[in-house]
Amino acid sequence: MNELIAARSQMAFSLGFHIIFAAIGMAMPFLMSAAYYFHIKTKDKDYQILTKAWSKGVAIFFAVGAVSGTALSFELGLLWPGFMKHAGAIIGMPFSWEGTAFFLEAIFLGIFLYGWDKVHTKIHWLSSLFVGICGVTSAYFVIAANGWMNSPTGFDWNNGNPINIDPYAAMFNDAFFMQATHMTVAAFAAVGFAVGGVHALLYYKTRFPLHLKALKIALVFAAVSSLIQPIIGDLSAKAVAERQPIKLAAMEGLFETQKGAPLLIGGIPDEERRATEYAIHIPKALSFLAFNDFDAEVKGLNEWDPEFWPPVLITHLAFQVMIGIGTLLALVSVLFLFALKWRKGWFENKKVLLFIFALTPLGFIAIEAGWIVTEVGRQPWIIYGIMKTADALTPRPGIWFTFALYALIYSMLSVVVTYLLVRQIRLLHSTLKR
Amino acid sequence: MTIVTMINILFLFVSILFYLLFAGADFGAGILEAFIGKHPKRKEQMELMGHAIAPVWEANHVWLILAVVISFVGFPPVYEFISIYLHVPIILALMGIVARGTAFTFRHYDPYEPKTHKLYSYIFRFGSFITPFFLGTVVGAITMGTIDPDANRFTDLYLKHWLHPFSISLGIFTCALCAFLAAIYLTGETRGARELIPVFRKKSIYALIFMVISGAVCLLSGFIGEEDFSGRFTNNPLSIFSVLIATILLIPLYLTLKDNPRSLLVRGLGVVIVTLILSGWSAAQWPYFIRTVEGGILVQEAASPEATQEGLLLALVVGSLLIFPALGYLFKIFKWEFLKNGD
Repeated sequence: MNELIAARSQMAFSLGFHIIFAAIGMAMPFLMSAAYYFHIKTKDKDYQILTKAWSKGVAIFFAVGAVSGTALSFELGLLWPGFMKHAGAIIGMPFSWEGTAFFLEAIFLGIFLYGWDKVHTKIHWLSSLFVGICGVTSAYFVIAANGWMNSPTGFDWNNGNPINIDPYAAMFNDAFFMQATHMTVAAFAAVGFAVGGVHALLYYKTRFPLHLKALKIALVFAAVSSLIQPIIGDLSAKAVAERQPIKLAAMEGLFETQKGAPLLIGGIPDEERRATEYAIHIPKALSFLAFNDFDAEVKGLNEWDPEFWPPVLITHLAFQVMIGIGTLLALVSVLFLFALKWRKGWFENKKVLLFIFALTPLGFIAIEAGWIVTEVGRQPWIIYGIMKTADALTPRPGIWFTFALYALIYSMLSVVVTYLLVRQIRLLHSTLKR
Repeated sequence: MTIVTMINILFLFVSILFYLLFAGADFGAGILEAFIGKHPKRKEQMELMGHAIAPVWEANHVWLILAVVISFVGFPPVYEFISIYLHVPIILALMGIVARGTAFTFRHYDPYEPKTHKLYSYIFRFGSFITPFFLGTVVGAITMGTIDPDANRFTDLYLKHWLHPFSISLGIFTCALCAFLAAIYLTGETRGARELIPVFRKKSIYALIFMVISGAVCLLSGFIGEEDFSGRFTNNPLSIFSVLIATILLIPLYLTLKDNPRSLLVRGLGVVIVTLILSGWSAAQWPYFIRTVEGGILVQEAASPEATQEGLLLALVVGSLLIFPALGYLFKIFKWEFLKNGD
């Protein structure tokens, strides 16, 4: 049991680390491309400096994302050989497409980063755009595999062995498209708010116009995606309600099966007592959100043997965090879009700038929380309804040791990357002063 | 075995070969950097190596990911087996991959400061050495046939096979191949810096000697124990033929290196030699992917069902049609000027 917890912790830690870099790798090239576009259009030198500054950030994050992603491709086997033995043949195929997308991403990044004086401006600009397109494509393929773990299709399970494998049916599983879109939009929102937040602080401190320009680009991406996200999120929740009712029950902290089930906001689920306390109840809202019908029946956890429950407390709280942040970011996005159009002066206001800075980490916290909901909420299964996580575990002992090793290395990398970014900003400021 | 599976195996072979030929040379540059010493042209050498790697190392790295993906989609038992019984060297190689890639990028982008740059350089060189070394020991372990999945002790299950003298010497030989490739490629890339030609020619010759010695040690250590890799190797006509040709080709390589070190012939021969060595190994390993005390995992047993093999092949073919033109363009931008023949 201990080894299982170690393996799950190592996987969670590695994925949690990698997803930050993956999200940046998806969205940041588009921001960079937009800045570059403005430079080409307006010949404003600031946009060129900004493009170059952002491209250095992209290069650093891409390198860390690439190597931590490589580590993950091995970790799947190092930790869960029982899973990969069967899943490889069924759902491995999207990874071979992902390999192509990632390859092209690395190629275009090389052309963009080192081709400033070597290729035609149009091709150079296109290469920056393709880095982002390939990044998003590659995320879709990877999430296809995760979607399959939630919604396994494309095979028949015969005495612990898959037969009649159809890799295309597996790849285009029901969960794939919604989950991948949800993540992609989340990446744009998180990166937009993080980049906007940092530049808001820098503008507050230095008043270089470059930072205001950067802030505006970032906020447009952030606000548009944060406004789309509630719609996608709602569709995702409806899909979960249909496919994984037990996960929905854990997300909502719902123990009793009810018609006209209330939506619980906050609260602490108690698995022993089978009740969620201290929550705000919104009557009939959950039935409506899950099934578009105020009187629909929503299944509670009591329908299932507790052996099949995911950790309810973690799933519920993570879901609350994600929803809370998503709602907040959607609301402020309305304000920001309004201000970008009609109240440009707001962005000169110190309090507004500090407020934007305060939003910096929120999108990423929501992404982490969202992945906790997906992954912890699927437990005890690694392939929903087919294979338990415990049965996929490697026989090798000493997982705590490798977990510690990963934790140490990734923590050090986080520190170095942060330090590097601070130094990059200093370098940028000394360029701007000149 | 179907034709589709055969082509997928060919793709796997090509991915591993290209990883060795391209990414291997990137690691090799890190290994060469470790032996740079207090040379008067130290800074220029470092710059040349940095420029050579920077635009391409990330693309070169993807060949490994492709090989991993082909193995877990097309041949899942192979991936599963290696993940379990060789997890220690794989984790160590991964540490190397993470350390090398990040340290190189950090050194490239962090504003210059002697102390931090020294640290990045140490980590970069260390990572460049341990990655090929431990990947080499993994290959050694699956070649030698000393893995015993029914063993009980931790050392027998997880350590003994890749710490076998043959695996260790194969790890060292892999490093030598990387350093050799790096040295001859870099010699060819000394455009506009004529004074660096003798420096890199010397490195090439040293790396060549090191490669020959470590290769010989590797073959000799393959006789150790009952498993007798080298017996199998020398009795396989294809293996012995390819290594013989590779050895004979060393002579024109050495002579051209002396006369005209920047000649394309040097790099071409180097690539052919390394390809022949990998082919010779593959021939000796056939029809097994992995050899163990009980025989091992046969190629046809490991293949995933037909539908998956076809899906994989389609992805690889379409992928190649997209990747190769793009990759060609990347190399055209950054490496074209070095592909002229000699001086």
